[in-house]
Amino acid sequence: MIPAQIDGLMPVVIFMGLAVLLFLGGHFASVLLAPKKPSHLKSTPYECGEQPVGSAWSMFNVRFYVVGLIFIIFDVESVLMFPVAAIFKEMVDMGQGGYALIILLSFVSVLLEGIAYCWRKGDLDWVKSFQHSLKKETK
Amino acid sequence: MNQTVVSYLSQYEFYDVLLKLFGGNQGLLALTIYLLLGVAIIGMCATIGGLGTYAERKISADLQARIGPNRVGPYGLLQMLADGVKMMTKEDIMPFTADKMLFYLAPLLCLTGVFATLAVVPFSSGFIMADMNVGIFYLVAISSLVGVGVFLGGYASNSKWSMLGGMRGASQIISYEIPVTISLLAITLLAGGMGFGTIIGRQGGLPHQWFMFHNPFAFLATFVYFIGALAETNRAPFDLPEAESELVSGYHTEYTGMRFGFFALAEYIEVFVVCGVAAALFLGGYQIPGISIDILPLQAVQFVIFMTKTLMLYYVVIWIRWTLPRLRVDQLMSVCWKYLTPMAILNLVGCAIWMVAFDGQSIAEMILGGQH
Repeated sequence: MIPAQIDGLMPVVIFMGLAVLLFLGGHFASVLLAPKKPSHLKSTPYECGEQPVGSAWSMFNVRFYVVGLIFIIFDVESVLMFPVAAIFKEMVDMGQGGYALIILLSFVSVLLEGIAYCWRKGDLDWVKSFQHSLKKETK
Repeated sequence: MNQTVVSYLSQYEFYDVLLKLFGGNQGLLALTIYLLLGVAIIGMCATIGGLGTYAERKISADLQARIGPNRVGPYGLLQMLADGVKMMTKEDIMPFTADKMLFYLAPLLCLTGVFATLAVVPFSSGFIMADMNVGIFYLVAISSLVGVGVFLGGYASNSKWSMLGGMRGASQIISYEIPVTISLLAITLLAGGMGFGTIIGRQGGLPHQWFMFHNPFAFLATFVYFIGALAETNRAPFDLPEAESELVSGYHTEYTGMRFGFFALAEYIEVFVVCGVAAALFLGGYQIPGISIDILPLQAVQFVIFMTKTLMLYYVVIWIRWTLPRLRVDQLMSVCWKYLTPMAILNLVGCAIWMVAFDGQSIAEMILGGQH
């Protein structure tokens, strides 16, 4: 019998360790082999050959924030559904499939409600603000 | 209960012999086996990734009536070695405006996330590094690291192209995670477990026993998963984060030499993992048609079957890349949220109702008269 601590997550740790090793090894090889002739112009960020203007760390479009927000809502809900899905077959085999189905459908209806709300509010449209202002103008 | 390669091998007599060699130290023996197999798997996947770049160029050449790489080695087969050497001997340039630590860290995060998913890829019934009882869940969770790596790579470069690519990448990867996760939920529901061993065990070797043909909803879920997975690995037609013709090279614009190589390696191995998962969950995985006994020599046959299915899907991925044009950003988002996500939810509900209504039987079982 194998002890549980060996049987469990050791491969995961080993794979991650191998990734770090490969990364460091690759770096070491490139330090040994690659030429080193640094210059100021060479290490400017690429902007099609022009002198870079300002920093890239500026304000970004709020759409990305909205997408992130919608994602978090959906991700949490789908995570909560995994246990229900995992014992679903067991419940069906025990003859309590209807009960499990009602639980699952209530979860899914929350999920659907979320997506319907976002859709209605126009958060799923990438060019939301433009379309809205256009509609007002044509009216 | 978790099952691993070591607990599989411990059924056989030679394991006891090995244990005696290691002086009865089970931890050390397990570590050695894991390390050896881990290095073997990573070596194999790196070779497949390298051959993937070669195959990509050859297949694209075929599709465009060109010859493709044919100078290095027979049929250009050694092209990947030449590429590898070239990457190592290129100067390592970092923009002076960059966030140094994050710039170093980003390729490592991509690589770690992808390599960690290799732990649950079911090559054969015994040769799964760790057949966790939460296999799918672990896969979904750990592959999110790649998205973090892509975004950090774009952010840390402090270049406008990289920043745009990184933000697109992050929003695309997290968006397409939703339909993928919900499609995987439908399969969890059909199989009654999240471990890869459990899920493949519920399927058979012949196509009508696969989950893809279990019911119409599972058939749709296969395609939803595959499209979503293409987007998650940033493959064309969803390669907006690295769109060569509009963002130069997206999130890895500023990466040179070996660090760029790690991004490329991580991407190609991720495609392999995604195809492997699709083969395992929807196409019956390593199941041998008509044989259900489990002896050691048959593991090799299972391995060959699994690899055949996976590499065929890999071909389809490359084929799609060189056939379809790239999507626009707003099209990308509406495909995900307005088509794939509702469809995935429909598949989930459909599978659940099917399970209750027909007592978990597949179409084939109902036609052939219930042999479950």
